[in-house]
Amino acid sequence: MIRIERRLTEARWLLVAVPVGSLIGAVILSSVILLATGHDPLGTWQRLLDRGFLSEGALSATLVQATPLLLTGLAAAAAFRMQTWNIGAEGQLYLGAVGASGAGIALGSQPAALVIPAMVLAGLVTGAAWAAIPGVLRAVFRTNEIITSLMLNYVAGLLITYLIFDSQSYWRELSTFTSRVFPQGKYLSAAAGWPSVQIAGIAIPFGFLLGMVAAASLWLLYRSTRFGFEARVIGDSRAAAHYAGIRTRRKIVAVMALSGAFAGLGGAAEIGDFRHVLDPRGLQQASFGYAGIVVAALARLNPFAVILVAVLLGGLSNGGFSLQGADFPAGLVGTLQGLILFCALAGELLVRYRVRVQRPRRSPVHPADVATVRPA
Amino acid sequence: MNNSLVVVTAASAIFYGTPLLFASLGELLAERSGVLNLGVEGMMLVGAVSGFWAVQTVGGPGWLSLLTAVAVAALAAAATSLIHAFLTVTLRASQIVSGLALTIFAGATGLSSYLGHVANLGGKPAHHEFDAIDVFGLKDAPVIGPILFHQNALTYGSWVLVGLALLYLYRTRPGLHLRAVGESPATADAMGVNVTTYRYVHTMLGGALAGVGGAFFSLAITPFWLDGMTSGAGWIAIALVIFAFWRPELALVGAYLFGAFSSLAFTLQARQVHLPPEVFSSLPYLMTIVVLVLVSTGWGRRRLGAPAALGVPYIREER
Repeated sequence: MIRIERRLTEARWLLVAVPVGSLIGAVILSSVILLATGHDPLGTWQRLLDRGFLSEGALSATLVQATPLLLTGLAAAAAFRMQTWNIGAEGQLYLGAVGASGAGIALGSQPAALVIPAMVLAGLVTGAAWAAIPGVLRAVFRTNEIITSLMLNYVAGLLITYLIFDSQSYWRELSTFTSRVFPQGKYLSAAAGWPSVQIAGIAIPFGFLLGMVAAASLWLLYRSTRFGFEARVIGDSRAAAHYAGIRTRRKIVAVMALSGAFAGLGGAAEIGDFRHVLDPRGLQQASFGYAGIVVAALARLNPFAVILVAVLLGGLSNGGFSLQGADFPAGLVGTLQGLILFCALAGELLVRYRVRVQRPRRSPVHPADVATVRPA
Repeated sequence: MNNSLVVVTAASAIFYGTPLLFASLGELLAERSGVLNLGVEGMMLVGAVSGFWAVQTVGGPGWLSLLTAVAVAALAAAATSLIHAFLTVTLRASQIVSGLALTIFAGATGLSSYLGHVANLGGKPAHHEFDAIDVFGLKDAPVIGPILFHQNALTYGSWVLVGLALLYLYRTRPGLHLRAVGESPATADAMGVNVTTYRYVHTMLGGALAGVGGAFFSLAITPFWLDGMTSGAGWIAIALVIFAFWRPELALVGAYLFGAFSSLAFTLQARQVHLPPEVFSSLPYLMTIVVLVLVSTGWGRRRLGAPAALGVPYIREER
């Protein structure tokens, strides 16, 4: 007989074993899907690994992909830790990209030392502002933030499409004839391109460094500040937080804004490190916001683990992008991400519960034995 | 008269509202059993792609091919929802994260897109599609003709379904048990109702209906397959369940309200109202937010109609 019992203490080794097992499980399950649709799984994984991590310059490209994932992963981790479900990182990232590219265009003739901080700040602020909408609605009207933040993703997607394709906006290139016929965004000046640091032949993008700083500050915030403590209490028991006099409503708005700021920074990094132009199609295809949920869940909401997982999944999507074609159909990356998340969820059972296989007892206590005890 | 803006909008509101009605009825049944499934969008996309695949592959007369397609869509989406049921009911995983995982797994960048590309479904028109039926020859009747008597078979099917759902929930014993499982699984368990079975069955029923809703997109609205073609309808369906206070008859009202927002975009554009297309396209999403805010104030505050055990895993040992 199988019994499931709640664990009283967390087993430390499981905190590492479960995410690793999830990855392996997801690879096995998607191999089954690949086989069922007539693809060679081993070859596919080999090519993916090669393009994502091993080949010349692959790791540098992977880090560029990993940067927005790291930041949207932190966005999800920051909100989910308090049981606040910000699913809107996708839209907040778009808005961050809008803010950062706007700042980059406006200050294009200025030196990099001025443009780059302005872009970072603009990304943080626009992302936070967009996330504050569902946050305020949640705090004031108790409106379900899952659905409102998600709906705003679609609105944000339409907004960036509007800015480039259906308006004469500040972001759109209108100076040449071709750009008026085939709409595209204004490219940023060289000063607005973010630098990268070379370490052992790998280019580490500036956005990734910012992401690591963000991860460390999120960790500190939740570990050793009053704000973080109160947020954790709210996450564990909203009622307890209420009785303790914690101002839950303010905290919801603050945490949503914080989460949105991370996602917005992700959008700014995508512009500064990689695209240098507001590109609605490219941003929407990447779907970094949703992938951030996978990153956070696999990292079990630990900010430092988010860095590691972001690099892993960044390699996956980098490899996926460069391989996309007949041998590597679109949708495989998302399928794999979903499977990773399923396995991580199933593994969560092992972290919280102990699964025991019990043999039935050989000599069960019969009611008759008890009844034989008579009062003297 | 039948070309007036009101009549045209009402008729197409019902048309565009039908997939929302299917999906939200399904989600409603799942939530009544206490299982919140945020994977509706993913399941709808699975329904859209598998239904379209079936209609292209299965030969025979049009009606048979379409019927098979709907059945295939329902089965495929129900199978997808089985993952959610297993993770949340048996493994007690977080329903929110599991539902999100389902949408990522099956959604626009996931399995539905993969299957569509592998089977090479893109860019081709459907061999058969659901056409509007002229019921009793009344399609030209003033006002009500185009609205009530000139819809397609799936829409009429959804009306029957609302009636069946009402009967089931409020007039049958399993319906009573279902409500008990959603309100107080411990009590239901003590009554001898198998909580696990009820949750599994209704989560999968929800999946099947979401799949039919998705197939409505690829077999009636666009008649071809496109990556991520439901564009958020699944999420709107989840919002509709809240809007409907978990009651089937109100889900019908809500679905057509949102159908009207979607159709208004097309109607107004066709009538040369000059506004950026994005303004119209964002209307359903913005209205979802507005409507959710409205129901979360006032009586929604008391969470009227929400099953008490919604989102809570049932653990017999810890009751």
